[in-house]
Amino acid sequence: MSQAIHHDEHYDAEGSKIGMWLFIFTELLLFGGLFIIYSVYRYMNPDAFHLAAEELNRTVGSINTIILLISSMTIAMSTSALQKGQKGTTILLLEITFMLGLIFLVNKYFEWGVKFDHGIFPGSQHMLDTLSQGEILFFGLYFAMTGLHAIHIIVGMIVIGFALAGVSKGKVHADRSALLENAGLYWHLVDLIWIFLFPLFYLIH
Amino acid sequence: MQASSQIPHDVNYLDYKGKYKGLLSWILSTDHKRIALLYMFSMMTLFMVGVCLGLAMKLELIAPGKTIMGPQDYNAVFTVHGVIMIFMIVIPGLPAVFGNFLLPIMIGAKDVAFPKLNLFSWYVYIAGAVLVISSVLFGDGTPDTGWTFYAPYSFKTGTNMLPAIFGAFVLGFSSILTGLNFIVTIHRLRAPGMTWRKLPLFPWTLYGTAWIQLLATPVVGITLLLVSLERLFGIGVFDPALGGDPVLYQHLFWIYSHPAVYIMILPAMGAISEIIPTFSQKHVFGYNAIVVSTLAIAFVGYFVWGHHMFTAGMSGTAQYTFSILTFLVAIPSAIKVFNWISTMYKGSISLETPFYWAVSFIFVFMIGGLSGLVLGALATDVYVHDTAFVVAHFHFIVFGGVGFSFFAAIHYWFPKMFGRMYDKTWANVGWIFFFIGFLALYTPMFYLGLQGMPRRYYDYLEQFHSANILSTLGSWVMTFGLVITVINLFRSAKIGEIAPANPWNGKTLEWTVPSPPPVENFDVIPVYEEQDGPYEY
Ligand code: HEM
Ligand SMILES: [Cu+2]
Repeated sequence: MSQAIHHDEHYDAEGSKIGMWLFIFTELLLFGGLFIIYSVYRYMNPDAFHLAAEELNRTVGSINTIILLISSMTIAMSTSALQKGQKGTTILLLEITFMLGLIFLVNKYFEWGVKFDHGIFPGSQHMLDTLSQGEILFFGLYFAMTGLHAIHIIVGMIVIGFALAGVSKGKVHADRSALLENAGLYWHLVDLIWIFLFPLFYLIH
Repeated sequence: MQASSQIPHDVNYLDYKGKYKGLLSWILSTDHKRIALLYMFSMMTLFMVGVCLGLAMKLELIAPGKTIMGPQDYNAVFTVHGVIMIFMIVIPGLPAVFGNFLLPIMIGAKDVAFPKLNLFSWYVYIAGAVLVISSVLFGDGTPDTGWTFYAPYSFKTGTNMLPAIFGAFVLGFSSILTGLNFIVTIHRLRAPGMTWRKLPLFPWTLYGTAWIQLLATPVVGITLLLVSLERLFGIGVFDPALGGDPVLYQHLFWIYSHPAVYIMILPAMGAISEIIPTFSQKHVFGYNAIVVSTLAIAFVGYFVWGHHMFTAGMSGTAQYTFSILTFLVAIPSAIKVFNWISTMYKGSISLETPFYWAVSFIFVFMIGGLSGLVLGALATDVYVHDTAFVVAHFHFIVFGGVGFSFFAAIHYWFPKMFGRMYDKTWANVGWIFFFIGFLALYTPMFYLGLQGMPRRYYDYLEQFHSANILSTLGSWVMTFGLVITVINLFRSAKIGEIAPANPWNGKTLEWTVPSPPPVENFDVIPVYEEQDGPYEY
């Protein structure tokens, strides 16, 4: 693929980082829209949101917060390990990050599962019969926002997977680290969004 | 790696034999010029579909009562017509085709910053288009909400909305990626010495556009996702039955879709700003003013979305704030018109086809813009809201703006893109039919709207008959001009005279490379000296 080789030759780490930052910007705006919707509805239904938030399991939420924070740290460490040329450590740290993402999703799965068992999911008859409109809205937003966040976790894990493959094949190394750094940036974004979601849904009373 | 030197510089991008042959050499190419043509041909195809739907609507409206379709079909046709035209043609139009082809050349680069991402964006675009089309072909009926997908109807109607809404979301994603690519390209790959103040005007407008694409599209993305979730699971956000607010949907939708109008119109203005100086053989008047007004339009455009909702139940304060802000956007637009006119003043004008298209662009754009003030003013908007007046206004602005500019641009850059000249006589014949047809098609709609004919109805009262006949006849004349133009271009791409590198004596960088350009555009990357500028005549 002579064309592709040619383009690789113009490797522009700075450019690809700018590109990633711009993309992160769009992601922030995406969630920004959701946060605005959340605050509008919270303002309109303060009591119902309060009541509904009681239902959420703060322990699971806190555990997941800690998991994500640690994973942010491990991926940051993997970048500096790569800079120092420690390939093995880089790979190990990336694998740990990946696993932490997976654990987060497993926790989420159980958390959602419990809600489903209680008949709390969008469109459920139980909610329509027993909950107020504000509470329905709260749970609608809860599932939409944490669900979208979970999808971002999955995308982040796929990106980490690519970085991992790149590092093991030697395509990503100290002088060509943009892929790993961008994976890191993306992962921090996912983490950051959770840092906002967590208090909004679990903590505010 | 020595790959760069393997690509011969005397082979143009159309003849270049890469690793793949035939169709694959196109759909796997990361060359920005080939990707531009991929976009062009896919858009042409979709545009033909959209035009046929438009013609069908006009045929239906030729007489009161049912002519060729009933109300449900009419709803489906205007929905698909709108979705195709807006999301697949005019929003991506100029950036994807001419931006891709010319941006790297005009700034002296060998390609965009992310060539693979560029190709990927095209695939995303195609995926989005296929999704939307599939909503027509499969499922329980063609979407019938109008291209705005207004809640709550969009999640209550029994028709096949999901693929259409998701398709629009996917198309937005393609738009974001193109914008991102262009921003990085302009920041990183300008030729040495090409400062911001020497950046040609078309790249400038692409830059402004790219920022709007980046900052506005995510908002509609999340809105469309929420409507989909509403439809699939009933999350309640826009559903008044569950405590949600459908007006909130309108806010979010227009926060994107109004700036989207500037995604459409800015690059169109940029192309016109290239063409007018070239055919006046004169330095562009007020370069700085054009740049500043570009950025001003991009900026102010964010704050006017509310003018789409004057009648939807907003507070009085919100109404007049949005009304005033709407008027503000007219200022930078008017500045541009003055700049173009002043550029022509005392120029040595050559009456070529691109110039005709460009001048008729200014004409229809002004009519569209002035009628926009009627809609931006609270009192008059309440009167003409959702009448044929609105349809006339946005076709003048959007179709007039993007369509005329697109054809101006294709005739201007055609020799560069294909290395051949088109037949000038036929090109002019096509233009005149198109122009006259366009005016005959849409001007009566202003009148009809003022008389009170509502939009989005397949039927009307007898009193509207005569103006509608004129409008329908106009649609045929315009389509005739369109067909002539397209056939002429297709034929000329094959058999036209061989074009010189610089047929119009243009001054920007694309005219310094051979026609058609070689694979990597430049043998030697050009360097700008202190005294060089983009438009030195
Ligand atoms: C052959 C050219 C065209 C014809 C004959 C045509 C005609 C029409 C007609 C009759 C309507 C329906 C108005 C109503 O009943 O409310 C309509 C709607 C529309 N057209 Fe076109 N049009 C053409 C080109 C375009 C282009 C190039 C665009 C791109 C901007 C466009 C965008 C729209 C949109 C967005 C709507 C609104 C659909 C809706 O109400 O949801 N049209 N057009
Ligand atoms: Cu608007």
